[in-house]
Amino acid sequence: MTVELGHAALIMALCLAIIQAVVPMIGSFSGHTSWMRLGHSMAVGQFVFVALSFACLATAFVQDDFSVAYVANNSNTLLPLHFKLSAVWGAHEGSLLLWSLILSGWSTAVALCSGKLPLVLSARVLSVLGAISVGFALFLLFTSNPFDRVLPIPPLEGSDLNPLLQDFGLIVHPPMLYMGYVGFSVPFAFAIAALIGGQFDSAWARWSRPWINVAWVFLTIGISLGSWWAYYELGWGGWWFWDPVENASFMPWLAGTALMHSISASEKRGVFRSWTLLLAILTFSLSLLGTFLVRSGVLTSVHAFASDPERGIFILAFLGIVVGGSLLLFALRGPTMRSVTTYSGWSRETMLLINNVLLVSSMAMILIGTLYPLLADVLGMGKISVGPPYFNFFFVPLMSGLMVCLGFAGFTRWKNTEGRALLKKGVLPSIISLVLALVLPIFMMDKLTWSNYSLTAVITLLLVLWVVTMSLEDLWLKSRGKLSSLSSLSGSYWGMLIAHIGLAVCALGVGLSTAYDAQKDLRMVPGDTTELGGYQFQFVDVKRIEGPNFIAYRGNVEVRSGGEFVVSLSPEKRNYKSGGQVMTEADIDGQLHRDLYVSLGEPLGDQAWAIRFQVKPFVRCIWLGSLLIGLGGLLAAFDKRYRRRRLQKSVNSSSEGLAFE
Amino acid sequence: MNSLRKQRLQVVVLIIMAGIAASGLIIYMLGQNANYFYTPSQIAKGEAPQGVFLRAGGMVVEGSLLRDPNSLAVEFKVTDGNAVLIIQHTGILPDLFDEGEAAIAAGKVDQNLVLQATEVLAKHDENYMPPEVAESMSEAYLNKRKTEGGSR
Repeated sequence: MTVELGHAALIMALCLAIIQAVVPMIGSFSGHTSWMRLGHSMAVGQFVFVALSFACLATAFVQDDFSVAYVANNSNTLLPLHFKLSAVWGAHEGSLLLWSLILSGWSTAVALCSGKLPLVLSARVLSVLGAISVGFALFLLFTSNPFDRVLPIPPLEGSDLNPLLQDFGLIVHPPMLYMGYVGFSVPFAFAIAALIGGQFDSAWARWSRPWINVAWVFLTIGISLGSWWAYYELGWGGWWFWDPVENASFMPWLAGTALMHSISASEKRGVFRSWTLLLAILTFSLSLLGTFLVRSGVLTSVHAFASDPERGIFILAFLGIVVGGSLLLFALRGPTMRSVTTYSGWSRETMLLINNVLLVSSMAMILIGTLYPLLADVLGMGKISVGPPYFNFFFVPLMSGLMVCLGFAGFTRWKNTEGRALLKKGVLPSIISLVLALVLPIFMMDKLTWSNYSLTAVITLLLVLWVVTMSLEDLWLKSRGKLSSLSSLSGSYWGMLIAHIGLAVCALGVGLSTAYDAQKDLRMVPGDTTELGGYQFQFVDVKRIEGPNFIAYRGNVEVRSGGEFVVSLSPEKRNYKSGGQVMTEADIDGQLHRDLYVSLGEPLGDQAWAIRFQVKPFVRCIWLGSLLIGLGGLLAAFDKRYRRRRLQKSVNSSSEGLAFE
Repeated sequence: MNSLRKQRLQVVVLIIMAGIAASGLIIYMLGQNANYFYTPSQIAKGEAPQGVFLRAGGMVVEGSLLRDPNSLAVEFKVTDGNAVLIIQHTGILPDLFDEGEAAIAAGKVDQNLVLQATEVLAKHDENYMPPEVAESMSEAYLNKRKTEGGSR
C-alpha cells in the first residue's frame, strides 16, 4: 500500500509542478495577481507530495519490501537500519527522487523567502523552477520509477547495497552534492526571469547572491566529502582521480565560483551583467550535464547508452531544451543588458575579470578532457581515456595564477586602484613568503641533499604563504591593528577572508602531500618490519573476525617512531555475505601534519600478505581547507546587509522594477 | 581608425591569438595523454606501439596467475578469445581481480610483446564487465563461456 501511495504522491507532485510552471508565468504577463501567487502555494504543495513519496520509498526500505525492484536490488535484511535509509539514494532511481525532493525544497524556500521580491519576479522564478520539476518528475515516472514492482514472484532476499556505499560518507555525500547541484537552479531561474522581464539591476543581483552562496557552500562540502570518502573508503589513499564522475561535480563548482565573484561586480558596480547571466545559465547547465554524465550510463559505455537509450535520450533532450532554450533567450535579450559604468587599471573589476577568465578556462579544459573520450568513441576513433597529466598540466598553472591574483583581493578598490600602491602592499608579504618558502622545506628533509629538497613544496609554500600573508596584512590595515575593530568588519568580508585562506590551506594539503607522499607495497609475513617516512611499521598478525553482514580478516600493524610506540592500526579485508563482494577497509591514523595509512592487500599464502603502507604529510589540510572555504561562503551568504538592504529596497523596489525598460 | 577602435582591435586580436594558442596546447596535451585501449589480438599482431603508455585487457586466463615468492611481482595472461597477452606487474592486485574475470591493465608493451603494467584494474562490482573488454571479446569466446554454464 505504501508503495502505491508513494507512486500516487509522485504523480500528484507532477500535476502541481505543471500548474506551478504554467499559471504564474501566464499571470506575470496578464497581470493577474492571484495567478502569480498560485506558484508559491504550488511549490509548497509539491514539496509536501515529493516528501511523502520519498518517505514511502524509505518505508519500503525499512520494511524490507523486496517486491519493489529498487529495494530488492539495493537492500538486504542484514543491512543495518541507517544504511537501509541511505540506500534510498544509493542507486539511480532513488537518487533522482532525492534530486526532485531537493528541487522542490529549494522551490519552497524561494516561495517562503520571496516576500520582499516583486511579485512578477518571484512568480517567474517559481515558474521556471516548476518547469524543471516537471522535467525531473516525468523522467522519474517514465524511465526510472523507484516504485516498480517485481511481480508476480518477489524475491525473498534482496541483493545487497554495494559495500563501497555502506559508509557514513554515502549517507551525507549525495544529499550535499545534490543540494549544491540543484541549488544552482535558483540563480538559473532568477537569470531566466530577469531575461524574460528585461530587469537586471543591482537589486536583482542582490536578491540572487545569497542563493548562489548557499548552493555553492553545499557543493563545496559535497565535493570535499566525496574526495574524503574516496580517500578512506576506496582503500588505497587517493583523494582525486580526475575521474569523469568527479569532474562532473567539479565543473559546476568552478563555474559557480566564477558566478559568485562576477555577480558581486554586477551588484556593486553594474558591470559584467550579461556575463553574470550567462554564468548562471552555464552553472546550472553543467549541473544538469553532471547528472546526465553520471546517470545515463554514457560514461560506462557510449554503446551501452545507445543500446538502452531511453534514460539517456530523455536527459539529453532535457539538457538540450534547458541549455538551448536559455541560450536562445539570452541571445535575444542579453545584448540589451549593457554595463552602465566603466572601470580601469588594477581595479577590483579587473581582478574579478582575471578570476573569471582563469576559473572558466579551467572549467573549459576539464570539460574538453571529460567529453573527448566520449566524442572519440562516437566517432569511432578508438577507446581512449584521458590521463591525469592532461588535467594537471593545465589546472596547476591556472590555479597558481589564481592564487597570485587572489593575494590582492582585499586591497583592490572598485573603479580604479593604483598599480603602484598595490605593489607596495605586496612587498612585505612577498619577502616573508619567499624566505619561509625557501627555508621551511629544509625542515622536511631527513638528509641534507639537493634531491631531498622539494621544488613542489617551495612553490606550494610560496603561493600559500603569499595568500595568507596578504590576507592578514589586509585584515591588519582594515582593523587598524585594533582587536576591537575586528567585530565591525562585515560578514561578507570575513567570508571572503576565510574562504581565501581556506583555499590556501587546501592548496597546502594538495602540494605538500604530493611533494612528501611516501608509499610502499610490500609482501609481509607476521613479524616483518619496514621503515617509511621516519616511521617503523611492524606487521603483527591477521585475525578472522565477524561483522554484522560481512566476514573480515583484520590485520594488526604497530607503528613506532624512533623506538616510541605511536599507534596500532587494524586494516581489514572484508567479504560481504550477500553478493560475495570483497572490500579493502584501510586504517588511518590522522593528524594535522600527517596521515599514517595502512591497507591490507591480498593473502599470498604461507601467512604472507600484500600490504600497502603510506605516510601522507598534511593531506588532512585538503579537507580542512575545503571546510574553511565552505564556512567563508556561509558567512558571506548570511551577511546582515542582505537582510537590511532588502528591507530598505523593498519600499522602492516595486516601483524600480516596473520603471526598468 | 580612432584610438578606441584601435584599442578594441588589439583586444580582439589578443583574444583570438590566446584562443588559438590555448586550443593548440589542449589538442597537443590530449594527444599526449590519451591512452588508447588495445585487445590482446591487436597487440599479438603488433598493432600496438611499443613503449607507449596504453591500456589493454580481457578475461584473465584460468591458472595463469604466477606470483614471485619473495616480492609482489605477478604475471598473468588475459585473452579476448583469439589471442593471449602476458601482463607483468609489481604491486597489489585489486580486490575484485580473479582468474576467469575481466581485468584491464595500463602500462607499456615491451619488445617481447609483454605488457609491463603500472596499474591493474578489475571490475567495480559483481555484475560489471569493463565495456572495452565486453566489446573486444570475440563471439566464439562468449559462446564458449555460455555453454560452459558461466553465470554471466
